[in-house]
Amino acid sequence: MESIGVLLTSPMNPYLEQELGKRFKLFRFWDFPSADDFFREHSKSIRAVVGSSFIGADAQMIEALPKMEIVSSFSVGLDKIDLVRCKEKGIRVTNTPDVLTEDVADLALALILATLRRICESDRYVRSGAWKRGDFKLTTKFTGKSVGIIGLGRIGSAIAKRAEGFSCPISYHSRTEKPGTNYKYYPSVVELASNCQILVVACALTPETRHIINREVINALGPKGVVINIGRGLHVDEPELVSALVEGRLGGAGLDVFENEPNVPEELLALDNVVLLPHVGSGTVETRKDMADLVLGNLEAHFLNKPLLTPVV
Amino acid sequence: MDELPLVLVHALPPFEISFKGRLQSRFQLIDSLDSTFAPHVSVLLCVGPSPVSSDTLRHLPSLQCIVGSSAGVDHIDLAECRRRGITVTNAGPSFCEDGADFAIGLLIDVLRRISAADRYVRAGLWPMKGDYPLGSKLGGKRVGIVGLGNIGSEIAKRLVAFGCRIAYNSRNKKSSVSFPYYANICNLAANSDILIICCALTKETHHLINKDVMTALGKEGVIINVGRGALINEKELVQCLEQGQIRGAGLDVFENEPDVPKELFELENVVLSPHKAIATPESFASLQELIVGNLEAFFSNKPLLSPVNLE
Repeated sequence: MESIGVLLTSPMNPYLEQELGKRFKLFRFWDFPSADDFFREHSKSIRAVVGSSFIGADAQMIEALPKMEIVSSFSVGLDKIDLVRCKEKGIRVTNTPDVLTEDVADLALALILATLRRICESDRYVRSGAWKRGDFKLTTKFTGKSVGIIGLGRIGSAIAKRAEGFSCPISYHSRTEKPGTNYKYYPSVVELASNCQILVVACALTPETRHIINREVINALGPKGVVINIGRGLHVDEPELVSALVEGRLGGAGLDVFENEPNVPEELLALDNVVLLPHVGSGTVETRKDMADLVLGNLEAHFLNKPLLTPVV
Repeated sequence: MDELPLVLVHALPPFEISFKGRLQSRFQLIDSLDSTFAPHVSVLLCVGPSPVSSDTLRHLPSLQCIVGSSAGVDHIDLAECRRRGITVTNAGPSFCEDGADFAIGLLIDVLRRISAADRYVRAGLWPMKGDYPLGSKLGGKRVGIVGLGNIGSEIAKRLVAFGCRIAYNSRNKKSSVSFPYYANICNLAANSDILIICCALTKETHHLINKDVMTALGKEGVIINVGRGALINEKELVQCLEQGQIRGAGLDVFENEPDVPKELFELENVVLSPHKAIATPESFASLQELIVGNLEAFFSNKPLLSPVNLE
């Protein structure tokens, strides 16, 4: 398979990059001054693209790579891939479900605890020497608080299971009600937000769920409410969220994703009632290796004409 | 006319109770060991960690009960209480949920580098330096809980949902608990990836966590302390952290609060908290109910709500 051209869209994982280099003819997208430069030179050589939540395979890339047979995404989210076009052209698509579910769910709980209990802020407090001058303030209890989850898929369910360990009543909104859970279903996000204190975004990003957290939802959640986003930045109307936080119309936010990563709205950097993370949802040594192995396994299966491990299209 | 029962409120500055008014409607409060009423006092309300030493107790020949306001009772001379038959109550279950929540918050923070990554973003480093270094997965890790009391049990219950494997060390094995028990703390450490310290501070547990335990825990190990600072040999902890003998630590308590070893400020693999694991409005409201309840139980000869076993 060493002659098969594979395009890696960004330096997402050293182990993955190394293994791809061993097994295929690897092209690094970022080695080239521009996308056009790359397409001009190598468009006919690429039979597979390995993308991520940062750069996937959009319409321009798909049209520029006529020999492309498969997109293997180093992510579970597919929002950076033009799935419709892939389907039209018979291009296979795989992602990395399941292996990252636990880490992302753990991160959601970490954000809830850090935001409510002000863990990062009190770490700053100690490091600044402020403890010598006085005690830190009381913070908000987590156990027993109502948690509302948008999207009760693999990750949403894993978050619910963890929050139940803290005696939190769980409610959710998704496209359809899920049978077999004890959780309360709300047919709209606004109703969900009106009836919970901690609202967690855990659904896929699609045209329908873009800005699913908007002004109306934020107002329904209210000044004691907290938004936790481990989905995609575009799930949230970011300027609305920022002004609500700055004006105190929303109690707090724990955010792992932003509309224009790696840029974070400057107003958020000055707030104490937010926790800001650089998109680390699946960011553990263990999980990134599992994700990489899944990408490699899918590519291998495809080029050996075996069934794909985690096909989406 | 019946006089209100006498209670000595023992509060060394800066500690004070916020619900004096509520107590004054039911009890006659005195606040000094030198009061002429002191020899007649049968109950002492101990505010925060105000020390109750044998000297304090000498001023109170009629004392029968100390109502504490914290989970820990290491600031009270328990041996003297035992000798004189004085019962002691603590915060009971008031703090256990918040204490457990915070311990888990600290743990995930250390493993997934939450506070460090938040600092990274706030310093504007994400666009400049790129992705943050990877953390370590919590699921499947072996957690050794040191002290399976109120707080330890709540921690165990929560961590099961994260896919952790729980084992514990305690003064005695708990027959009602199915988690594996290790009588020896080094054995627990050798068979754990994470140690969560939430036991009482006593003569026996002073510096329980030392270099030997940390060596047994190993280079990938994480220590979380929501008990008392003196449960860990702080000097040896700092050394182990600086030399990379353990992966990291989350600390809510220190040997000499509010002083924190300044070496820790240089480290990215520690999360520091100013002794506030239990500090929520709900836990203090619950504590207030418990304190009033214990005082009323004492004066009506009913069983105390949260007695501490002094054996």
